[in-house]
Amino acid sequence: MLALRRIYAVVLRHWFLLRKSWPRLFELIYWPTMQVVLWGFINQFMATNSSWVAQGAGVLIAAVLLWDILFRGQIGVSMGFLEEMWSRNLGNLFVSPLKPGEWVVALMVSSLIRTLIGVTPAALIAIPLFGYSLFSLGLPLIAFFLCLIVMGWSIGILIIGLILRHGMGAESLAWMSVFILAPVSAVYYPLSALPGWLQAIAWMLPSAHVFEGMRAVVFDATVRWDHLAWAAGLNALYLAAAIAAFMAFFRDARVRGALLQTGE
Amino acid sequence: MSDIAIHVEGLTKRFGPVAAVDGVDFTVPRGGITGLLGGNGAGKTTTISMLLGLLEPTGGRITMLGHDMATERHRVLPRINFSSPYVDLPHRLTVQENLTVYGHLYGLSGIRRRIDRIADALDLVRFLDRPSGALSAGQKTRVALAKALLNDPDLLLLDEPTASLDPDTADWIRTYLERWQRERGATILLASHNMPEVERMCSQVLMLRQGRIVDQGSPADLLARYGRETLEDVFLDIARDRRRAAVAAD
Repeated sequence: MLALRRIYAVVLRHWFLLRKSWPRLFELIYWPTMQVVLWGFINQFMATNSSWVAQGAGVLIAAVLLWDILFRGQIGVSMGFLEEMWSRNLGNLFVSPLKPGEWVVALMVSSLIRTLIGVTPAALIAIPLFGYSLFSLGLPLIAFFLCLIVMGWSIGILIIGLILRHGMGAESLAWMSVFILAPVSAVYYPLSALPGWLQAIAWMLPSAHVFEGMRAVVFDATVRWDHLAWAAGLNALYLAAAIAAFMAFFRDARVRGALLQTGE
Repeated sequence: MSDIAIHVEGLTKRFGPVAAVDGVDFTVPRGGITGLLGGNGAGKTTTISMLLGLLEPTGGRITMLGHDMATERHRVLPRINFSSPYVDLPHRLTVQENLTVYGHLYGLSGIRRRIDRIADALDLVRFLDRPSGALSAGQKTRVALAKALLNDPDLLLLDEPTASLDPDTADWIRTYLERWQRERGATILLASHNMPEVERMCSQVLMLRQGRIVDQGSPADLLARYGRETLEDVFLDIARDRRRAAVAAD
């Protein structure tokens, strides 16, 4: 049984770190905001030069913000883990009554906090700057947010398992892994733009369903429940698989003694 | 309540063909300080890591405070704690923040009061608002000890608690631990290769060499058995396999 108090303790540890570290806070806000500014201008330019973008006001801004939810969800989990590795704190954590499952839940909650801190200012700045509000997506935005952040968590959990297995040499996975999914997720273009064989792969990603669903709202003012159902189902499958993989890697780390010797 | 704090049977850890700990059996009585003594690579840290559950044994059985660690580890963990130079607390968090986090992890009540009390006892009050990473080695050791004592453990496992400390600070730590153990009636398992420290603090010593317990007893017993003046000489006899020579010389 998971204990809320221990989950709170780990979230508190990351909150203590975040609230006093202006470089960390700045970094969280900087990248989403820069992306929105960049894609906002591209969106404005394309709106007068592309009939597709012109039909869907703010489609590229919505895309970049939603993509950032996925990325922040993943990097939030990975960073929470790396902070423990860098500070050599894993040994202390797992001699306390903290269970691996509680730790993973705490990393997900910390990631949610980081994502909200990072993406909210970027979403707000788009309103006066480009006249587009992400919140105009309405209630489906909540479903898109949940689907994307859960997918980010799944990738993040898998990555921390891999780092536990292969050491800090695998740290770069935390930064690059999610980007391999960007082209197949059809973030900035319809999924039909992909070659047929790649579309088959794309449909296996919750993100592709979310971005198709987002475009359905923007272009047709339609909520595509089928896409949301697929995204939710795939997420449940991938999250369960990621947690199972993490637990296996964690057991392996205990066999190899990696919880005490966390380095390259 | 059993008089045994730790009972270990056939504890083994293999890393490929290498046996870091090789079929070790020992018991640690409640309410005293037991030393786990051995040179570098003797298997002290590996043994402690297995006791704590950070490392999974290849074989054997560990019972701590009456519970099997393979199946009931989470019933024991709130009652034990540990400190080691191989682990650290988050550097950017203040001492107060780190202790608060661990107070919640151990499910303690009155965390603020506990921190104040322990900070006072370990002379840490003026460092509570400082980042843990900005402290000196001696101050960090005291903070690690504060974390280790925060839950008033029945069983405390210490891995080289005075390593890299100057003699004055090391002596202060030893004195504090001895007093804490007496007042609390707790059990301490102390892994060290500091002979004077073990001779001074421990009522029982387990001598570890190449992953095996090669001898055990009180410091006085060991000195008498080997006919030596200091535990360091006993250690050298064992480390260099001079036991037979030492006994023959008697």
